[in-house]
Amino acid sequence: MFYREAGDFSTTYPQDSQTFPIKFDRYRYYVVLAVAFGIIPFIINDYWANAVMVPFLIYAIAAIGLNILTGYCGQVSLGTGAFMAVGAYSCYKLMTAFPEISMLIHIPLAGLVTAAVVTLFGLPSLRIKGFYLAVATLAAQFFLVWLFNKVPWFYNYSASGQISAPERSVFGIIITGPNTEAWAKYLICLVFVTICAIIARNLTRGSVGRRWMAIRDMDIAAEIIGVNPMSAKLTAFMVSGFFVGISGALFFAVYLGAAEVGESFGIDKSFLVLFMIIIGGLGSIFGSFAGAAFMVLLPVFLKNVLVGGLGWPTDLAAHLQLVIVGGLIVAFLIVEPHGLAQLWRLAKEKLRLWPFPH
Amino acid sequence: MPEQLLFAMEVTLNGLMAGVLYALVALGFVLIYKASGIFNYAQGVMALFAALTLVGIMEGQVPFAHLINAIFGTEIHHFGWHVPALLAIFLTMVVMVALAWAVQHFIFRHLVNQEPILLFMATIGLAFMLEGIGDIMWGAEIKKLDVGLPQGINDWIDVTTLEALGYGFFIDNLDISAAIVAVVLVAALIAFSQYTKQGRALRAVADDHQAALSVGISLNFIWILVWSIAGFVALVAGIMWGAKSGVQFSLSLIALKALPVLMLGGFTSIPGAIVGGLIIGVGEKLFEFGIGPLVGGATENWFAYVLALLFLVFRPQGLFGEKIIERV
Repeated sequence: MFYREAGDFSTTYPQDSQTFPIKFDRYRYYVVLAVAFGIIPFIINDYWANAVMVPFLIYAIAAIGLNILTGYCGQVSLGTGAFMAVGAYSCYKLMTAFPEISMLIHIPLAGLVTAAVVTLFGLPSLRIKGFYLAVATLAAQFFLVWLFNKVPWFYNYSASGQISAPERSVFGIIITGPNTEAWAKYLICLVFVTICAIIARNLTRGSVGRRWMAIRDMDIAAEIIGVNPMSAKLTAFMVSGFFVGISGALFFAVYLGAAEVGESFGIDKSFLVLFMIIIGGLGSIFGSFAGAAFMVLLPVFLKNVLVGGLGWPTDLAAHLQLVIVGGLIVAFLIVEPHGLAQLWRLAKEKLRLWPFPH
Repeated sequence: MPEQLLFAMEVTLNGLMAGVLYALVALGFVLIYKASGIFNYAQGVMALFAALTLVGIMEGQVPFAHLINAIFGTEIHHFGWHVPALLAIFLTMVVMVALAWAVQHFIFRHLVNQEPILLFMATIGLAFMLEGIGDIMWGAEIKKLDVGLPQGINDWIDVTTLEALGYGFFIDNLDISAAIVAVVLVAALIAFSQYTKQGRALRAVADDHQAALSVGISLNFIWILVWSIAGFVALVAGIMWGAKSGVQFSLSLIALKALPVLMLGGFTSIPGAIVGGLIIGVGEKLFEFGIGPLVGGATENWFAYVLALLFLVFRPQGLFGEKIIERV
């Protein structure tokens, strides 16, 4: 009954190649956008913004970035945490050096800086493949964290070694610093998520994305049919770095407010984002959102159930959460290696035929 | 001899000792990778889990005490006995074999023929699970592990070098015993894989899964065997590192130390793991000693990775790895 293409005729090429060719899908997308922009900002409170919505949106950008690199181009990266740190620190340096320029320029600029750094660390991918590359990206993770800790210029010689976001506003609305309203935090993240998702979606279904996927599926074969592996891999690193940098900048400036590099952008962040794309689904933009939502909601849910509901000690709940997260990852890999996105695809197939499946 | 040179020699010796410990962890990786193509990220957590279990059994802790107390409101912590070290090591080994069986039976049996990267991610999930289970079973606080290994400065080396060179070298007894244990372990592993039936079967599986299967070798058994051996190596590494710096979460991070060793030595080579471990151990200690003070110290965290990365750019399969042949 749902997702029927019957009666849904495309009469022009742009109509045929639009992002959501099925009418039902398209309307659902508009409804989600309308709710996200038009309703949630008015009802959101501090708890929901800080515990759920803002981290979800920010991690969704990071997950899209990593998904482009790992899911679409097949280059496993374990350096996402450090790349987010690059975004955060470049955003901080820009914010403090040019206070009069809008954040709407600083954050994409931080993304560009990160893109350059990530491309640099992506260079070895031309020689090294597979696990060797995954481990090589760990070099970036440890080196960058060490660098941000040891070079005082990056944290403006502050005594604590931390960076903290000064108050900045966009169109008169404060978006960083301690006085930010919940809805402002939410909305600025939402704007960036929407733009990033649209860019990512269109890149991945265009010729660039097809080149990435050819490299992912088999790089030698791709080379033979005329895909330049160097440009394909490096553009994947670059685009991925841009998104991860934006998410790092937002994570620091809007969500945390103050950050210490080892604690906020350690290797556990890299793994967290990697889990998001595994659980959500490799090679799917929707999967990045689903995975981010899942990994953000799971700890909140478990904490509420175990600590709030059953009255267990918090340390026990934290350990149990590790077991559950680990178990879920393994279970997902066994049952559905393509993640939540694949379940969604299957559900859509079922809905298309429903209620007459034969 | 000039003071600086003696210092550097001492640093090199200590680096060699540290390198042996790295090699010990890397060895566990290589064994599993060769036999099953699984890149086992959980190796470090296995070492932590083994060390936790060993301490728990020795101290007579009640497993899951914290959980039981939280659910039933009881106050139990210890059985009230102490188990001698050797028996405890044996019992821990039994636990590690059971773990190997469980890992094979519940996880990797279902993932046969999946892509290597999925297997790798499954081991990351396994690492999380093991870490959580270890903490729930035995508690997360830092524990002291003492199985009776000699500790502290080796007086004999100190006195001898003082008389001969006028400067006493500081070398920890524990490092020396770790080196000896590592040599014995490697010798035992080589003997096992050369002279026993199971060892030969293991090498056959490492060579070619399907050919091994066709001559009647049970892959399932070999995989359980190899995970058990990796568990044993993890136990040895856990004892050494645990005796050195206490049994705590950071123990599991030695896996991260072993990764550049693997890259340098090649994922498939046991000699590579050992040579790689020694190079990394000496390299990072010397770098910290020579260059570290100029750039603010704490370079040990990343030096190994950057060294391995630069090395790989010139030799993508590592020092002793099999040559990568690609076909379409």
